[in-house]
Amino acid sequence: MYRYDEFDRHFVHQRAAQFRDQLERHLAGQLPDDDFRALRLQNGWYVQRHAPMARIAVPYGELSSKQLRALARIAREFDGRDGGPYEGRGGGFGHFTTRQNCQFNWIALPDSADVMDLLADVDMHGIQTSGNCIRNITSDCFAGVAADEVVDPRPYCEILRQWSTLHPEFAFLPRKFKIAVSGATEDRAATAWHDIGLVLRRNDAGEIGFEVRVGGGMGRTPVIGTVVRDFLPWQEILVFIEAIVRVYNRYGRRDNLYKARIKILVKAEGQKFIDAVEAEFANILARDLDGSAHLLTDAERDRIAACFEVPEGVAPIAESHDHAGAAASKPAAYTRWLERNVHAHRLAGYRAVTLSLKRAGQPPGDASADQMEHAAELADRFSASELRVSHDQNLVLPWVRASELPALWQAAREAGFATPNIGYLTDMIACPGGDLCALANARSIPIAAAITERFDDLDELHDIGDIDLHISGCINSCGHHHSGHIGILGVDKDGQEWYQVSLGGADGSTLSGPSTTGKVIGPSFAADEVPDVIEAVIDTYRGERVNGEERFIATVRRVGIEPFKAAANAVRRATAVHA
Amino acid sequence: MSAPSPVRSMQLAGCATHPIRFVDGDAPVDFVLANDADVESIAADLAGYRSIALVFPKWADGRAYSQARLLRARYRFAGEIRATGEVLVDMMPLLARTGFDAVALRADQSKEFAERALSFFADGHYQGDVLEPLPRFRRGGEASA
Repeated sequence: MYRYDEFDRHFVHQRAAQFRDQLERHLAGQLPDDDFRALRLQNGWYVQRHAPMARIAVPYGELSSKQLRALARIAREFDGRDGGPYEGRGGGFGHFTTRQNCQFNWIALPDSADVMDLLADVDMHGIQTSGNCIRNITSDCFAGVAADEVVDPRPYCEILRQWSTLHPEFAFLPRKFKIAVSGATEDRAATAWHDIGLVLRRNDAGEIGFEVRVGGGMGRTPVIGTVVRDFLPWQEILVFIEAIVRVYNRYGRRDNLYKARIKILVKAEGQKFIDAVEAEFANILARDLDGSAHLLTDAERDRIAACFEVPEGVAPIAESHDHAGAAASKPAAYTRWLERNVHAHRLAGYRAVTLSLKRAGQPPGDASADQMEHAAELADRFSASELRVSHDQNLVLPWVRASELPALWQAAREAGFATPNIGYLTDMIACPGGDLCALANARSIPIAAAITERFDDLDELHDIGDIDLHISGCINSCGHHHSGHIGILGVDKDGQEWYQVSLGGADGSTLSGPSTTGKVIGPSFAADEVPDVIEAVIDTYRGERVNGEERFIATVRRVGIEPFKAAANAVRRATAVHA
Repeated sequence: MSAPSPVRSMQLAGCATHPIRFVDGDAPVDFVLANDADVESIAADLAGYRSIALVFPKWADGRAYSQARLLRARYRFAGEIRATGEVLVDMMPLLARTGFDAVALRADQSKEFAERALSFFADGHYQGDVLEPLPRFRRGGEASA
């Protein structure tokens, strides 16, 4: 993990002090709501449907057990705290997001500065987790441990984090700006769906560079990012991104909130946009005072990369066949857990293990204070005190010895983290939705719960196989419905909640195929129809699939959406008249 | 890895030495550049201006930061760059770092708060800016190449 030095530490404490100053002026009536809003947003503080929401940055998803314990403490002591305005409202938990951050929903705003101080004590913050600025950099949750990794993206993520943190020119862009970085063969960071998507590559000479995409995004207008450079030498990445963001800051639309993302500019201008970026890039280097100062140096890359060497005590171990033998004598549940929740590792004798946050009775991605502490304990015992937050809203232990898998399985089961459903239908992505979010048109959590309940049979889930189900409570697409093999979108009609279902979306992974937007299968459904619709869609798939092996997404691609649409229409009740 | 960065020459921390002066909203200025205008369009005229006003129609509209940065770093404009329009005290650090050296604060804003807003982050920032063109990794001290 990246290790804060004195400068980094002082910096986040200064940020906390600056925020306290702003909060105190606000509470004293010296900083009106309208002027305070953008300041609190850039520290992660929203005001939501019922209460403030705090979004805490987990840069590229890396978290230490100490940091997770601090999040647990915040959940316990501040989220819906006793004696506070939100006591008894169901607080006491954190929610892990697709952008690898952690959100709290019931912290009173006057407590916010104390929370930022606590976070700063463990090298955490909420800097740029909201607002029209460069947001938390996201990455592959298996970065640095993946068996298919070409280049470890974490040092570059950290360099980008530092460069983008309080960048004075880019704090008030036309709209938010999200960067994702991947360094493996498999894209586990949905890079093509980001404002900037970076994929690390090696060229024939073995040199490292980035494929650079610009202008991806979801929301009202889903767009796949355009490749603007196939291979940008790594030394040039900060200058190239500076050029992109400056062109966007100057020419991105500010007249219409819905047309303000960079994807609209890239779509409208096409090659002219790319030419403008290239010209700006050349101008920075050729004309600006100290324009080449942000070209990265070997020394800086090495200084940062040194933080990401394997943790102390971790070293390759000869693979032993005993593990397989041990598995044979274990219950089927263990074998299934090995298949679904345990992942290949670049180090011999090691595995990465997903702690599932998808289980009946709790919203996807949620963890209570106790659960966060349990996960921290597991990280201490089994994973060199490190964890990751995954884009799919689970936690990952990146440094587990294969020989300790049986013990980890036992401990994870006791803590409720061992549901062997990773990649299955119930390992769904879902936003907090209308229960908590002020933007949502409809609730996500009850839909997720109803589907989880309907598909609670592990044998059935196993038979259905790999499938991405993504649920968003509104068109802002925090639940990535566009890229789900099955996407569910909450919509509002006449003040009532309805759900649009789409099929065939892809996040860009090998399983899903090239990134693409799902196709809507007809008018929206009522909430209580949704589980039946999903069941009808799944039954259709099982009927249509070839050899009982074809994956859901492959069947949808091959047969098209019509058979699914017909099956879904057949289960309409409340919406039958609209159909 | 552990020593803090050395104190920089262009120190924002001391309020008396910060490089921004306060001016009245109606103080005369040689040229007003609209915030959707290209800096390039006035490049040939810059030598004739002692002061240029840039405009924040809304405080959360950040175009003028790029304009100021271009005027200083690309066109080497050495005259006054003034922030006008909806200028709030909490913009001060961004204004200073992108090259503004004069501000006409919105009427209800306090100079005392504006100066306090400049007192944070005395050890500097990660990335370079107009005041300190070198990013942290190229400044003196242990982090330099």
